Amino acid sequence: MNSMTEGFLKAFSLIYNLDQELLGIILLSLKVSGAALIISSIIGVPAGAVIGLKKFPGRGFIITLLNTFMGLPPVVVGLFVYLLLSRSGPLGFMGLLYTPSAMVAAQIILALPIVASLCHSAIVAVDPIIGQASITLGATPYQKAVAIIKEARYGILSSVIAGFGRVMAEVGAILIVGGNIAGYTRVMTTTIALETDKGNFELALALGVILLIISLIINIALHLIQRKGMAGTIR
Amino acid sequence: MKKTVLIIILFLVAAILSEVNASSDKEIICASTTSTENSGLFGHILPIFEKKTGIKVKVVARGTGAAIEMGKRGDADVAFVHAKELELKAVEEGFFVNRHEVMYNDFVIIGPTNDPAKIKGIKSTIEAFKKIAGSASFVSRGDNSGTNNMELSIWKKTGIVPKGQEWYLEVGQGMEKTQRIANEKRAYTLTDRGTWLATKDKDNLDMVIVLEGDPTLFNQYAVMAVNPEKHTHVKYKEAMEFVNWLISKEGQQAIGSFKDKNGNQLFIPNAK
Repeated sequence: MNSMTEGFLKAFSLIYNLDQELLGIILLSLKVSGAALIISSIIGVPAGAVIGLKKFPGRGFIITLLNTFMGLPPVVVGLFVYLLLSRSGPLGFMGLLYTPSAMVAAQIILALPIVASLCHSAIVAVDPIIGQASITLGATPYQKAVAIIKEARYGILSSVIAGFGRVMAEVGAILIVGGNIAGYTRVMTTTIALETDKGNFELALALGVILLIISLIINIALHLIQRKGMAGTIR
Repeated sequence: MKKTVLIIILFLVAAILSEVNASSDKEIICASTTSTENSGLFGHILPIFEKKTGIKVKVVARGTGAAIEMGKRGDADVAFVHAKELELKAVEEGFFVNRHEVMYNDFVIIGPTNDPAKIKGIKSTIEAFKKIAGSASFVSRGDNSGTNNMELSIWKKTGIVPKGQEWYLEVGQGMEKTQRIANEKRAYTLTDRGTWLATKDKDNLDMVIVLEGDPTLFNQYAVMAVNPEKHTHVKYKEAMEFVNWLISKEGQQAIGSFKDKNGNQLFIPNAK
């Protein structure tokens, strides 16, 4: 109990006396997870939309595959990316292992299925009347698709938020492919794991609290955007 | 609105990509062990080396087995580890060159303060292990680390096969976590003196050293460069600068001057 109180107190003193090293760690966390999320969204949202809107052979299988990949253990993804990027692996010539880029790549694999799958669900859940009405009003197939996607934007944003939660909280994959190198690939979650290993429980807990606060701020921002989207939707 | 979002996204991506791989040539990856990283040794000696040579050493801390494997795969430029047999084997296989012994500390057996297996007073590690077997629990790193290798070689000498026994707990964790698990389980374990000294007070361990000073428990650290003939991309020149510095007078002094928070010297330089 004592450790817990101390952890929270320490969190606030750390935030108050934000030092260069901690700031670097926080920024790198945001950069890596941010890049992974943006790329996952750029690929995942259109992919989810296509799967949701179009009927094509193998569609059911792709959906099942995406849903399965949503539960990928980060350590397995880390190992996979490690073997891929290792100097002895197929992409070793790129020299990306133990760089932030490798961490971004691993996190994309983790976030992409979540974004695509939840985005697909959001689009499928749109009332079919929207599509029918737009056709009746003389919309082209493209305009119909746009109408459906607009209607589903609340759910699409939710899929991005879920992807964000996955990558920000993740430690297993980036520890393997990033190597937790001080000042270079050390992010919030790997620092927490390291400090826990070193027995600095208060510091580890404090960092956890800071991570939570950052996530809270970002989620509040996304929620505000979401609400704006809701208000604009005619129900 | 859409334009602003787009601009922000583009800006973010550009900023990330520009910075993500901002790495210079004057840097090497050193595969090393949790004991050297967690004790703070690297935090003490690397800035001195970097200042002198301009070479940044990026440390990836794993168990010795994993660290050697990293070098074998070409994912590190230099390895700084402590498991002589594994090291010599890897050198013989041609994965590493220029192995040099750098420093040592020693292993100790720690156990619950009340010493349930009555190990205190025994001088021989092998006898102590024999006595622990069955009469108390023993926590093993179980992770192919240098400490784990040392422990297994001792078990081998006792003729006891501990694996699978109910008193033998393989935890697969780093040294400090293993100590904490031993503390919770009221068990014995083999640890390096550096980790023990650095963490026993901080972790409130209700444990003591029950055996120390046996020559069997000598813990030699060595450094070796990844063979550039196996992996042409490795930064052999910079790696050798690091190796040569570690065994130079200056590097040895840096290691010897490293003290933990309580003023204990954790590693004794002994390069030849």
